[in-house]
Amino acid sequence: MTYAIETDRLTKDYGPRRVVDGLSLRVPTGCVYGFLGRNGAGKSTTIKMLLGMVRPSFGRVRLLGHDLDALPPPARGRIAYLAEGQPLYGWMTVAEASRFARAFHPGRWDGPRLDQILDHFELPARAKVRRLSNGQRASLALALAIAPDPDLLILDDPTLGLDTVARHDFLLSMIHLVQREGRTILFSSHILADVERVADRVGVLVGGTLRVDCPTDRFKQAVGKVVLEFAGPPPAFPPCPGLVQAWEVGRRLELVFVDFGDEQRRAVESLAPLSWDFAALSLEDAFVAYTRGPRRSLPAFDGGPPEAPESDADRGGA
Amino acid sequence: MRYEIDGASRLPIYQQLMRQVREGIARGGLKPGDQLPSVRQMSRDLVVNPNTVARAYAELEREGLVTNRPGRGVFVAEPRGVLADDARRGRLIEAVDRLLTEAVHLGFSEEEVARLVAARSGRFRWNGAKSGGGEQG
Repeated sequence: MTYAIETDRLTKDYGPRRVVDGLSLRVPTGCVYGFLGRNGAGKSTTIKMLLGMVRPSFGRVRLLGHDLDALPPPARGRIAYLAEGQPLYGWMTVAEASRFARAFHPGRWDGPRLDQILDHFELPARAKVRRLSNGQRASLALALAIAPDPDLLILDDPTLGLDTVARHDFLLSMIHLVQREGRTILFSSHILADVERVADRVGVLVGGTLRVDCPTDRFKQAVGKVVLEFAGPPPAFPPCPGLVQAWEVGRRLELVFVDFGDEQRRAVESLAPLSWDFAALSLEDAFVAYTRGPRRSLPAFDGGPPEAPESDADRGGA
Repeated sequence: MRYEIDGASRLPIYQQLMRQVREGIARGGLKPGDQLPSVRQMSRDLVVNPNTVARAYAELEREGLVTNRPGRGVFVAEPRGVLADDARRGRLIEAVDRLLTEAVHLGFSEEEVARLVAARSGRFRWNGAKSGGGEQG
């Protein structure tokens, strides 16, 4: 297995504050990786370090098999990046912005394809960038990122501020890119339903640490909620592996677990509740339940090394 | 046949897709020999990762509901008893119990449930009776 992105203990300190803490991220070639975390978790800083825009305090980055410090220009031309907020020069026209972006990817620019996408989004070549709507600007930025047919595409919150239709079109463009073999995409997002549609794997950053790194379905199925009913005030829940958080709601005790199995079942039954029930969660609810818990006790988990994507299948019964 | 994905669902997307194909076959909307959309097409129509569609198709094939003819596409398989009778029965009992639990909680009477099951049955396409078929209704 080759990795399009590989970081080794990547760390960034801003003064006394550690923003990214020992991140060892590996994104397999051909993977669509959803990079998740709450605001301030360190996503944007990580992405900027991946691209050499922020110098790490410690650690290394390898992209497409090359050390970032020694990335040869041809490899650089195979990487495209879409920054948060899709910054473009407002005074340029669509055609000028295209010519400008083209210069960064000599020999790899697919002009007819770009025209086709611009046409699809109804972006006239003569329109001024600053007169475009948010959705049009995002579409233009994505079209420019896709035009060099990049082997690695890194997107920082690309659908932020887009309406539903624009987001849909944007995701569809991503799907088109993915359908070309071997293309790798890493994107950060807060819209979990989008992530579930397009991401093979997810990574969840909590307080600068990568807490989750596994197939998307595995994360969704691993995080579950258990509700215990009692006759009176519920007892405290004993320490138990996999417990993310617990809270009382009247006579109910609501627990969130990672990998609810026999051991957890016994812990639940040891409290002799009147009844209890396990419920799976949507990806969004799983994310909220997981990242809202107290950080220190958060059980980190992954779906095994990326070499073994099947590992979610044998644990699927959890 | 139209497929759709619910982003708020608790079911993983590949399972949502499997369920719809399974239901399509059970209701007769999909008949043996019918071709399913290609992975590529389905992935575009639903705006989901092609690997997710491929996984759903692979699992359906493992269950014997579809066959993959390389280079030609994925087709609805001829019905056959893949599971042993006990396993088939066990799986159905599980599903019936889920239905009955729901019915009790929603406050239906036993007769009402039986009538409803009989009424809905007419909308499905049944295989020629194998063992146990006579328990219906």
